[in-house]
Amino acid sequence: MQEKVLMKGNEAIAEAAILAGCRHYFGYPITPQTEVAAYMAKKMPKIGGTFLQAESEIAAINMVYGAASTGKRAMTSSSSPGIALKCEGISYLAGSDLPALIVNVQRGGPGLGGIQPSQSDYYLATRGPGHGDFHVIVLAPSSVQEMADLTGKAFELAEKYRMPAMLLADGTMGQMMEPVVLPDPVETVPEKTWAVTGTGCAREHRIINSLDLSPVNLERLNLERFKRYEKVEAEEAMWESFLMEDAEICIVSCGITARVSRNAIVAAREKGIRVGMIRPITLWPFPKKALLNAADQVHDFICVELNMGQMAEDVELAIRCRKPVARCNRVGGMIPSPDEVLEAIYKAAGKEAGK
Amino acid sequence: MKNNEIIIAGFGGQGLLFSGKVLAYAGLLEGRELSWLPSYGPEMRGGTANCNVILSDRPVGSPIVQHPTILMVMNTPSLDKYESTVVPGGMIFVDSSLIARKVQRQDVTAVYVPATQMAADMNMTGLANMILLGAVIAKTGCVNEAGLADALHKVIPARKADLFDSNMAAIRAGKEYVS
Repeated sequence: MQEKVLMKGNEAIAEAAILAGCRHYFGYPITPQTEVAAYMAKKMPKIGGTFLQAESEIAAINMVYGAASTGKRAMTSSSSPGIALKCEGISYLAGSDLPALIVNVQRGGPGLGGIQPSQSDYYLATRGPGHGDFHVIVLAPSSVQEMADLTGKAFELAEKYRMPAMLLADGTMGQMMEPVVLPDPVETVPEKTWAVTGTGCAREHRIINSLDLSPVNLERLNLERFKRYEKVEAEEAMWESFLMEDAEICIVSCGITARVSRNAIVAAREKGIRVGMIRPITLWPFPKKALLNAADQVHDFICVELNMGQMAEDVELAIRCRKPVARCNRVGGMIPSPDEVLEAIYKAAGKEAGK
Repeated sequence: MKNNEIIIAGFGGQGLLFSGKVLAYAGLLEGRELSWLPSYGPEMRGGTANCNVILSDRPVGSPIVQHPTILMVMNTPSLDKYESTVVPGGMIFVDSSLIARKVQRQDVTAVYVPATQMAADMNMTGLANMILLGAVIAKTGCVNEAGLADALHKVIPARKADLFDSNMAAIRAGKEYVS
């Protein structure tokens, strides 16, 4: 086990990726995730890896496609507007069943928006970031420790299911420093039976491609892919329950807003309100079962998000609209204070604020 | 050790994020729970800059400091902005070379250190942040003084190791000014 160090979230992602055996980073700078690229630029040349600042986000994601085709662990990182540009390439990765890591340290939008934190790419990430029918695994860290842990996990899951994975963070998580124990280094990245590495005239050709002009074949490929997605949904959902044992109100929140909500929950508990939280760690697959179970227990849900209520819809779907789901939202780079969340808790508890 | 929520604020370039990092590393070496959150973006380059540091015995929830127990300010706009947010009984540390006005609140303790002037007098230009930080640490005990040297070694990059002594001297000067 390594010692506890102090790192920015963005740096923790970069170091954890290297420890996970990633030796190929392609990116293009954008606030608030540039520290990922800066860290890679410093470190990769010293360990025989590739750091390449591409001419654009689109170029970077296609370089990831190339590196991933050879079975190597490859990644790119960006922030919201840059991720939008990468979506074509992510779709091609999905269509070619290639594992890769895409890091999105979200900022306010739409358009160029601002540079302050946001969670407004929730739809983009969870509905399949690009054209066509597909999903990527979406992981939402809520601490610098999770930034590190989920980076390695993202590579593992991506390879296990041969699909891209996205680490969905936000500007606060990327910029803040916290103590972190980095994971142990991965000694050998698993060999791939599908990687294009040259036949050496000794084996059959392998082909990585997303094009199939036969509707029969293409349908079969899509159906096969969705069988895999079913397995991901059944087996890989991750969440954290916080003070849910006796909860009558359930907050659902991820990333930075889950941390703000934690303060509000502790304050509400001091006033005798039984409130807890289910914090999705995977946003796709969404922890539907945990939420559906909670629907039998609580009378109200509150979804705290840095968007206009994108995850709230997934909560309503997961609990089949059995209980009301209140929204507590800030957007544009604004972050709710614990008092604002507390206000929403009071409302759900049917109490006047402050009483 | 008390739990403290700290805002350090001023102009970009005054070394405020660095001061916050020294506290954060000192907290790390003490095995405490902590977070350090900077302002980021264009405001870092000449505009107002601030960082939020939380030192606690319990896991840190939100890293955003709403109501600081300690406020350290190095320009007037920052004092204007944050004075009202300090908890009653909290402490405000003012670089009185740069901020002409006094703290208006009666329910907080104000400490005035002419840090920028002291830095100039002692040939330590650019270290006013560390002088003021020395005063903060001496008055609040927010981190142990014993661990400061180790913390500073962690924060100062290897290629600038020669700056260690002057930084320590600045911290000492601030401490002595308020003792």
